[in-house]
Amino acid sequence: MTAPANVHRRSFLQVVALTGGGLMLGSFSAAADADAGESSAAGDPFVPNAFITITPQGAITIISKNPEEGQGVKQSLPMIIAEELDVDWPQVTVVQADSDESKYGRQFAGGSLSTPMNYDHHRRLGAAARAMLVAAAAKRWNVATGELTTARGAVSHNPSGRRASYASLAADAARQPVPDLAQVPLKDPKSFRLLGKRIPGLDNRKIVTGRPLFGIDVVVPGMLHAVFEKCPVFGGKVVSANLAAIRRMSGVKHVFVVEGAGTALDGLMPGVAIVADTWWNAKTAREKLQVKWDEGATAQQGSEWFAQRAVELAQQPADRVVRKDGDVDAAIASAAKVVEASYYYPFLSHATLEPQNCTAHFKDGRLEIWAPTQMPQPGRDLVSRTMGIKGEDITIHLTRIGGGFGRRLKNDYLVEAAWISREVQAPVKLLWTREDDMRHGHYRPAGFHYLKGAIDASGKVTAWRNRVVVEPYMRVGEWPGRFVPNYLLEVSNLAHGIPTGAMRAPGSNGIAFATQSFIDELAHAAGKDPLQFRLDMLSPAVPAVQGDAFNADRMRGVLELVREKSGWGARTLPRGRGLGVAFHFSHQGYFAEVVDASVNAKGAVTVHKVWIAADVGAQITNLSGAENQCQGSAIDGVSQALGQEITIDRGRAVEANFDRYPLLRMARSFPVEVHFRTTEFPPTGLGEPALPPVIPALTNAIFAATGKRIRSLPIGDQLA
Amino acid sequence: MSISLTINGKPTTVDVSPEMPLLWVLRDHLNLKGTKFGCGIAQCGACTVHLGGAPVRSCAIPISAVAGQQITTIEGLGANGLHPVQKAWEQVDVPQCGYCQAGQIMVAAALLKTKRNPTDAEIDAAMQNICRCGTYNRIRQAVHRATRAMGAASVGATDRAGEE
Repeated sequence: MTAPANVHRRSFLQVVALTGGGLMLGSFSAAADADAGESSAAGDPFVPNAFITITPQGAITIISKNPEEGQGVKQSLPMIIAEELDVDWPQVTVVQADSDESKYGRQFAGGSLSTPMNYDHHRRLGAAARAMLVAAAAKRWNVATGELTTARGAVSHNPSGRRASYASLAADAARQPVPDLAQVPLKDPKSFRLLGKRIPGLDNRKIVTGRPLFGIDVVVPGMLHAVFEKCPVFGGKVVSANLAAIRRMSGVKHVFVVEGAGTALDGLMPGVAIVADTWWNAKTAREKLQVKWDEGATAQQGSEWFAQRAVELAQQPADRVVRKDGDVDAAIASAAKVVEASYYYPFLSHATLEPQNCTAHFKDGRLEIWAPTQMPQPGRDLVSRTMGIKGEDITIHLTRIGGGFGRRLKNDYLVEAAWISREVQAPVKLLWTREDDMRHGHYRPAGFHYLKGAIDASGKVTAWRNRVVVEPYMRVGEWPGRFVPNYLLEVSNLAHGIPTGAMRAPGSNGIAFATQSFIDELAHAAGKDPLQFRLDMLSPAVPAVQGDAFNADRMRGVLELVREKSGWGARTLPRGRGLGVAFHFSHQGYFAEVVDASVNAKGAVTVHKVWIAADVGAQITNLSGAENQCQGSAIDGVSQALGQEITIDRGRAVEANFDRYPLLRMARSFPVEVHFRTTEFPPTGLGEPALPPVIPALTNAIFAATGKRIRSLPIGDQLA
Repeated sequence: MSISLTINGKPTTVDVSPEMPLLWVLRDHLNLKGTKFGCGIAQCGACTVHLGGAPVRSCAIPISAVAGQQITTIEGLGANGLHPVQKAWEQVDVPQCGYCQAGQIMVAAALLKTKRNPTDAEIDAAMQNICRCGTYNRIRQAVHRATRAMGAASVGATDRAGEE
């Protein structure tokens, strides 16, 4: 990624901006602009909206608006436009948008929301452009639009055998009246040529040949390289540092204390910046850096302290009742059987393989930023308010992201790079070490669940109580709320100084472990098959309340599908090997998963296979990307469950690199079979919802294999 | 310190600190950005290159230790048309974020030079790089696909210029 390439890209976007200048999202006055120039027939492109450009030379360009972090939106969003535009995929050039809310609306990668937020809108963008091309052809041939068909970037009039490419119609299309997006006719999904197919990643050639692509690859002429040392205790401040000694080291150009700004965990953290001619020189100098820190109160906190506080809080009245139905205490008192268990899951690091980095160039009061960020618009706001630079004076270029998983929803590294660039008055690339990344995460919050359940003589669940400590994400529609007549979900807050944030399937990634494991415990107590027990539970016991979007029919559908595909109940497994099942609803997606796992005499876990049954609505956009997301989520979840934990000691993260924070490798990987169940609901996203069920499906498989119940993550050596 | 070595078939001299890891010489002095930094302690393998044909983790090798030697990076692997492993990676659509894949490809290409038809166990033993996105199903599929392609091409096979 060189500066000239970016200049070129900016120039292109300026062309779009000029032709479609100042447009509101999805409006079509660009056509009128084109009409104003009589030379348009000679070569002006057809720019029906901020997302589509068709030139008379035949170039069809579609903008991909959201950051690409491996979730595949760079293909999938433009595919939606291309489908309704009715062009062949190889005809399309996709251009990654810069961050520009006025042109593209909200641009972010989070919440598995790219598909549900853009699917219908992007279809309409493509359909409106197609309608204008058809109208242009109808006018040219003096025929009714109803006699015209489109395919592969051309309009055809079958009765007369005439055909015109979109390129040849571009200038005329620009003169056509602008259709109302809300009224524009859409294709019958049965006639889709592109959606649902397997479309490979657009950056694959660059990836496999090692071309520059990621934030870490950005080169700006004259740029310097920075490292930034922060207090190992979260929120600690610099008292003093041996700056003079560092300044004398090889290649070092600048070294200075950053006081910090904004709130400690959402602004600019204090630290010491070292800026050098190369990153290696900056890092080498940092090894000699000696900083005296004011560690602050968080230094008193650690993982053991958390566990003690959680037990104390669980005995006290809750801070918040999320949902209450019936009378849990009375139901437990009269139950045939009562089961009680506590579950724990740890802080986790996102561990994106590309460490956090950002290149920033402050010049003449303006900032240009190249960043792998999932949230560029809040990133601009953060930089703006922290540094006192107007938002319109900050340009953010979106680079490909070497893994996000929610870590890059936070923009701490953007503001650090921007601040350092302004201090040294030069372009600067800031690159964190792996240790920086794992010691300065916005971690998946740890959680403690204290569960109590009751079953009656027939084996039906009559009561469910869940007291959660720390977890901030509990929702009123959290399962099995509504499906148990006597139900209580309440939360105790444990205030602490550890920065936390959203990690792939936030909340759900821990909640599903506790909930779906405890259901297994109840099924075992009732003497019932765990999968059938779940199906039996999926009949509402009380009416839905606002905020509860869970559809039991859809979940039954995927449970039945995974039962069939995994051969549940029809397979004989050797001793020490078992199947586990779990389901979870998150990010509007319904997932039921079965894990086949064994445990050997030494307590080592082997996962043999995972089956995923998913319902994300009526249409898979890109089948290749969709399967890849599901497979990766299963690997990710098992990887977390087997060995990952960030331990806090005296306010610091202990695990700082992959030697102590194991990520699953090939030898422990396993086949993941993915099945999509198509339903009539609007399409939803796949970056996250496949992950939560795989963890309890694994621990439930371990129970089936060994009779040992995993109630605390990671599994580690608990089975040894 | 002036150090000479051969990178992607090209004699190259760099003037850097002898302790500087090969990774940073490649990335920041020679502007070869395909080799990636992931951990700095030879754990993840994103920085894998070939040293005399064998896969090594360039983040943990001082440049002085490879003076006079032959290095191939991901840029050199595909210098004269895509390597069958690169082709397979595209055909299988392996990448998610893609950050680790250059390293994965370098390991796979080295494996297929020593094992014409590796078993799954041999793939497990060789392919120890981390893929944070969890694309292992497809990496395995792509290695098998490249194996088949190279087997088919081995009739009248010639050395690929540019690869060591």
